[in-house]
Amino acid sequence: MTELALPKIDKKTISRKDQIVSHLKKFTKDENVLSENEEIKPYETDGLAAYKQTPLAVVLPENTKEVSEILKFCNQENIKVIPRGAGTGLSGGALPLQDAILLGLGKFNKILEIDFENKCVVTQPGVTNLGITHAVQHKGYYYAPDPSSQLACSIGGNVAENSGGVHSLKYGTTTNNILGVEMVMMDGTITRIGGKTLDQEGYDLLGLVCGSEGLLGVITEVTVKILRKPQSVRAALIGFPTVEDGGNCVSDIISSGIVPAGMEMMDKALIDATDKFSKAGYPKDAEVLMIVELDGTKSEVDGLLNKVSEIAKKNNSNSMKLSNNEKERLAFWSGRKAAFPACGAMAPDYYCMDGSIPRGKLSLILKEINELSKKYNLAVANAFHAGDGNLHPLIMFDGSDKEQLRKTEEFGAEILKACVKHGGALTGEHGVGIEKRELMCESFNNDDIQQQLNIKNSLDEKNLLNPGKVYPILRKCAEEGRVHVHRGEEKFPDLPRF
Amino acid sequence: MSTEEKKNSQISLDSEILSPSTENEVSEIVREIYSKQLPIEITGTGTKKSFGYNLQTAKKLSLSKLSGIIDYKKEELYIKVKAGTLIQDIEKILDENNQELAFEPIDFGYMINGQSNKGTIGGYVACNFAGSRRFKVGSVRDHILGFKGVNGKGDIIKSGGTVVKNVTGYDLSKLISGSFGTLVVLTEITLKVSPKKQSQITVIVYSDEIKKISNLFDKILSSSNEVSAATFIPEEPSHKNYEHTKNKIFKFNDLDQEGSFLAFRIEGDKRSIDERFKELKIELDLSNFKSSILDVHQSIPFWKKVNNLELFSGTKNNILRAVMPPAKCEAFNKFLNKNYKYYIDWCGSLFWIEVIDKDDEKINKIKKFVVENSGYLTIIKKSENFDFQDTLFTIDNTRLMISKKIKESFDPKKLFNPGRMYREL
Repeated sequence: MTELALPKIDKKTISRKDQIVSHLKKFTKDENVLSENEEIKPYETDGLAAYKQTPLAVVLPENTKEVSEILKFCNQENIKVIPRGAGTGLSGGALPLQDAILLGLGKFNKILEIDFENKCVVTQPGVTNLGITHAVQHKGYYYAPDPSSQLACSIGGNVAENSGGVHSLKYGTTTNNILGVEMVMMDGTITRIGGKTLDQEGYDLLGLVCGSEGLLGVITEVTVKILRKPQSVRAALIGFPTVEDGGNCVSDIISSGIVPAGMEMMDKALIDATDKFSKAGYPKDAEVLMIVELDGTKSEVDGLLNKVSEIAKKNNSNSMKLSNNEKERLAFWSGRKAAFPACGAMAPDYYCMDGSIPRGKLSLILKEINELSKKYNLAVANAFHAGDGNLHPLIMFDGSDKEQLRKTEEFGAEILKACVKHGGALTGEHGVGIEKRELMCESFNNDDIQQQLNIKNSLDEKNLLNPGKVYPILRKCAEEGRVHVHRGEEKFPDLPRF
Repeated sequence: MSTEEKKNSQISLDSEILSPSTENEVSEIVREIYSKQLPIEITGTGTKKSFGYNLQTAKKLSLSKLSGIIDYKKEELYIKVKAGTLIQDIEKILDENNQELAFEPIDFGYMINGQSNKGTIGGYVACNFAGSRRFKVGSVRDHILGFKGVNGKGDIIKSGGTVVKNVTGYDLSKLISGSFGTLVVLTEITLKVSPKKQSQITVIVYSDEIKKISNLFDKILSSSNEVSAATFIPEEPSHKNYEHTKNKIFKFNDLDQEGSFLAFRIEGDKRSIDERFKELKIELDLSNFKSSILDVHQSIPFWKKVNNLELFSGTKNNILRAVMPPAKCEAFNKFLNKNYKYYIDWCGSLFWIEVIDKDDEKINKIKKFVVENSGYLTIIKKSENFDFQDTLFTIDNTRLMISKKIKESFDPKKLFNPGRMYREL
C-alpha cells in the first residue's frame, strides 16, 4: 500500500475518545455507537480495499434528528465525520480517519413512499439501488441508473458519487434521475432540496450535492424518478478484427443518430480472460468485442438493431450475433459482467482504473494503453462503456513485489493523464475520493480548485465533513493508488464489477 | 492593482455598457469592479430582462461581443460556444447536421414584444427554463457538459468538460444553470446535443373535462411508448381584458377550434410512430374521445407555438410560471379553469398563467395554492407599473441561508445581478 497524505490528526480528539463515545450515546441508542476494535474493524475500508484505517468510533443513527444532533455536536467539538453508505465505493470516499467518527447510514433502510401517481419513490438513503427497482417492478417500473454494484450499493451513496452504469448513455446518471433529497449540514441544519416537481427554483443545490462525495452534507432521504420498463430489449454481440474498426463503429453508430441503451466494448485480453472464466462463448478471432443494447418498442428495436448491424458490417465486423430472446441477451452480457473476477483469476492483483475520453479517441487511447503496458511490462485488460467514453482498464500485477506496485501506480496515473490530454476526465463514475485526489490538478488549475474549496468552506467552515477527500491536500500532482485487489480479496468479491 | 497598473489597464469603466470581447477582458472588468465595489447587471440580448427584480446598477456588462462557436463535434454529440452566442445560430448549425438541443429552448421574444427572439445561450442557461420535452429528456442543466466563467473576484474558473461521464469535483454546471447570473459571468458553455428524430405526429384529444385531462396526462406519463410532449390548451375565459388568441394561434387544418384540447407528440421513424400510436390509442382509451391528428408539417409549428408562449404574444399582463407535482395537476387545473388564461405543458407539470389584475391579491392566491401543493412559482413578467410586494421566486428560509453562503463563495461582494432572483442574493 502506498503512503497517503491524510489530514492532520487531532490528538486531543483521540484522547477524548471515551468522553465522545458516551456523548454520542445521548443522541442514539447505546447499541448504535460502536467503539471496540472488533466492532469497528468492518468499517476500516470501503470498496478501495488497499487503504485501511479504523475510525475513532462508529455511530449508526436511526433517524434524521439523530443525524442532526450528532453532526451539531461534532461541529461544536471539532470532531471530523466520515459519512458512509454501503461502503462499496471504489475511490476510497468512505475511508475513515483515526480521529473521525464514522457515520453509517445502514439503519436508514426503509422505502418511505411509493408514489406511482408522481412517478417517484421516496426512500431512506441506506436502501440499495436495486431495492428501489424491486419495490416498483410489479407495476412495470424501474429505477434507471444501474451501477454494477447495484445489488449492494446504497442510493445515498449513489447520490454522493453521482453513480452511472451501463445504461447511462441513454438514461443518464444519478443526477438526471433524482427529484429531491433531505440533507443534514455539518452544523446540524436539516434542509429539503427539491421534492416531487421537475427542477427547482433558486440555486440547483440538488445538482451541487449530487456527486459531492459526502463533503457538503449527509443525505437522509432521497426522492428518485421511476420509469416504465421498455417493451422490448435486444442486444448485438459484434466482433472486430482491429481496435480501430471497433472504435470507428462506436462513432458511426452515435453519428447516425442512434442512442443505444448501452454500448460496451472489451479488448482481446479481456475477451480471452472472461471467456475462460465465464464460458460466454465469445468469438476467438475478435480483437475487440462490442455489446450494443437497444430498447424501445418492438419494431423500433428490430429496426435499430438492423441499422447497427449494417454499420458494423461497414466497419469490417468479423462476427455478429443478435439476441432473439432474453436468455440469449443475458448470455451476451455474462462474459462482460465477469470481467473483474476474470482478471482476479489471472493475476495476484489488479488495479481498476476509471477515466473518460471522447468516443472518437477510443482506439487511440487503447493503443496508448497497450504501449504503456509494454513500457511497464505489466498486462492490462480493457473494458469500456464505449457509448459514453468511460473506460475501465484493469492492470494486472503482483502486489507482493513493491517495484511492480510502484510501476502499476505510475502506469495508472499515466492512463488518467492521457484521458485528460485527449479531452476526457479523470473519473467517469467512480469518483475522486482519495484515489485520484492528487491528480485533480491535471484537470483543474488553482483558481478552479479554489472555487470548489470556497463552496466547501461556505457550507462546512471547519472542514470536518469527510476531510481529505477529492481535493489535493498539498495541491500538487502526485501519483497515488487505485482500486487494488489482492489475491481476489476484493472488499466485495461477490459483486459483479463492470 | 497598483496605480501604475490601473493606468496601463486596457479596460475602461467609463461607459455605462461594458462590452468585453474576450474572456480575459471579462476577467479584467470584474477585477476592476471588484476593487471599486461596483455592482453590474449582466446582459445578453435582453430577452429575459423581465425575469426577476429590476436592477438599478450603474453599469451593465454585455456579453453580446463574446459570441461564436468554438468547437462542434457532431459525432461526440457536443457543441462548445461562447456565452453570448445567439441560440438561433447554434440551432442553425445543429439543424444542418440533423441535430438539435433536446431541451427545446423557449422563444420568450413573443411574450416580451410579440416577435421571435431566442436570445443568447448564456442567458438561457442562466434561467434553466426547459421547453416542452422537459419531462422526457431533462432540463437545460442536464444538457450542460461544462462551462467557463469569471467569478466575483475576477478569477476565470471552469467545471466539467466535453464528455458525458464526468464526476471530477463538484458539478458546478448544474449550480450555474438557473442562477440568473448571480454566481459567475459565463464565458464558454459546452452543450450536449442530440440527433433529431426522423418524423413526428401530434394527436389532438378534445375534452373540457378536467378529470379526464389529468387521467390522460397520467396515462401518457405511465406509458412506455415515449411520448415526447403533452399539453392542455383550455378554452379562454370570457373576461374582456384577456386577449382571445387561442383560435388565431392554433389554426391548423386538422385542429378543430371549438373547446379545450389536449395534444401529445410522438417522435421517431415512421414505423415506430405508427406502432406507438396504435398502442397509445388503446392505453389512453381514445375511442371514447373525439380526436384528430396533426401530420409532421402541422406538428412541428404546433409545438413551436406551444413552446414559445405564443398564446401570450405581446401581452401587457403579468405572466406566471408554476411547476407542480404531476398528481396536483387536476386540482390546480380546476383552480385556474375559466378564471385565468393559462395552459399546461410538461405532461401536466408546467403551468403558464396570465394574470390581468394589477394588485397582489390574485397572484398571492395562486402562489399560496402552488406552495401549499408542493409546487413553485416564478413571476416572469410583470405588467407595467406593477410593483409586486411579495417575492418573485419561492424559497424557504433554510435554502435561502444555504444559497447566501453559495453566493458568497462565488461573488463575495454581491456584484453580479444583485437582488435579481432574491433580494438577499
